[in-house]
Amino acid sequence: MTADEVVAELHSGMTIGIGGWGSRRKPMSLVRAIVRSDLADLTIVSYGGPDVGLLLAADKVSRLVYGFVSLDSIALEPHFRAARQSGALEVAEYDEGMLQWGLYAAACRLPFLPTRAGLGSDVLRVNPQLRTVASPYDDEELVAVPALHLDAALVHLNRADPYGNAQFLGPDLYFDDLFCMAARRAYVSCEKVVVTAELTAAAPVQTLRIQRWMVAGVVEAPHGAHFTSCDPDYGRDEEFQREYVRAAGDPAAWAEFRARYLDSGEAEYQAAVSSRPATGPGAG
Amino acid sequence: MTGEATRAEICAVACAEAWRNDGEILASPIGSIPTIGARLARATFEPDLLLTDGEAMLGQGTWALGARPEVIEGWLPYRTIFDLIAAGRRHVMMSPSQIDRYGNANISAIGDFRRPTVALLGVRGAPGNTVNHPTSYWVPRHSARTFVPSVDMVSGVGYDRAARAGSTAARYHHLRRCQPRSPRGARRPGASGGRRSRSRKRRGC
Repeated sequence: MTADEVVAELHSGMTIGIGGWGSRRKPMSLVRAIVRSDLADLTIVSYGGPDVGLLLAADKVSRLVYGFVSLDSIALEPHFRAARQSGALEVAEYDEGMLQWGLYAAACRLPFLPTRAGLGSDVLRVNPQLRTVASPYDDEELVAVPALHLDAALVHLNRADPYGNAQFLGPDLYFDDLFCMAARRAYVSCEKVVVTAELTAAAPVQTLRIQRWMVAGVVEAPHGAHFTSCDPDYGRDEEFQREYVRAAGDPAAWAEFRARYLDSGEAEYQAAVSSRPATGPGAG
Repeated sequence: MTGEATRAEICAVACAEAWRNDGEILASPIGSIPTIGARLARATFEPDLLLTDGEAMLGQGTWALGARPEVIEGWLPYRTIFDLIAAGRRHVMMSPSQIDRYGNANISAIGDFRRPTVALLGVRGAPGNTVNHPTSYWVPRHSARTFVPSVDMVSGVGYDRAARAGSTAARYHHLRRCQPRSPRGARRPGASGGRRSRSRKRRGC
């Protein structure tokens, strides 16, 4: 598939989960395709980074479910801050572990999963729809994290075969498998599509954590996670991330950033990125 | 490198003391000084601590900020960290933007949550951390904006809230209190709030 074909299968108002973590291995080429589309009114579920930032800046998001939004090496995401401080964004802010539990509950077709996380905190105050549940076995009272059902999930992996068997070669899968399993349809973008036999020729079978039964479509997207990290294929483009943050702080600079990088297609984006003057080891 | 200890060195040693007598648990420092402190603790008096490279590996030995451990002793992706949190085998040191006298801590948002004057990170793992395992707080900037009568968004749970939320919230809740080391062998008077299931050893700092 192409990124635009994935976007054509999405609809306004959908709940979409995005894999990765902060500014790490985000399916940014698919996010950029959504930014170029006429989709709107999305509910986004994410361990958030610039995926959330770009979608907020493009006014695609009406509701956000998250445990944090951060750029990792830059703590605060500028578009997320602006959206939160405007008061216009509906949010469900959860503990990170609660988010995992909600995805896992949806993956297992359970209505909820119990956890201690959230008890005593204001997560329960600002999410009044959350309920506690009494243990049937003892006197414990736990938070019942509701299943986080997704209409679609978007994840970016290092390698995949054409059938949707996908491989992470970096240090952490994050929760990409749970995003895929919690979704009615999951879409994998990857650095490189290879024949199936090549997946286990180069790396142990334990890296094959996304399997074709979870996946509806595969997109080959070299540098598709840019500017987030995609170890070991490439690290985070710190210089570009700084450029992104600087631009986000000023409407005129952001309009220029958009025109230079976001308004045309993915090929134009990658060309604009690689035509920047090299500024150091993070620039690749 | 002789002479007076720097302020940063004193702070790193104070942070290290937070993990004294923790044994074989994951020390999770957030920020540079706590990270130096945790590595110092393991390099000196707390050799069984587990430490990560900040990504997904458990490392052996002592390595500099920004460097990588020479020897990897385990794989610790985020999912396993969450398991370890629920198992209680962790002691985190976080840096809140606001903290009150009960140890309620805010890393989420300043002002009204629905329309904050300053949006921060989000609660991250603070709610789960604080009701599952020991938590310490490192507050380098001492100001009335940080030490507040009550925090705007309780992310990390304090003693009062844990007690009010019932036995499940209070069972493993424990904020460490830092105080000057008592004389050798003397047991520090009851400084802790939460009941602990794994209190095999005397707790320092």
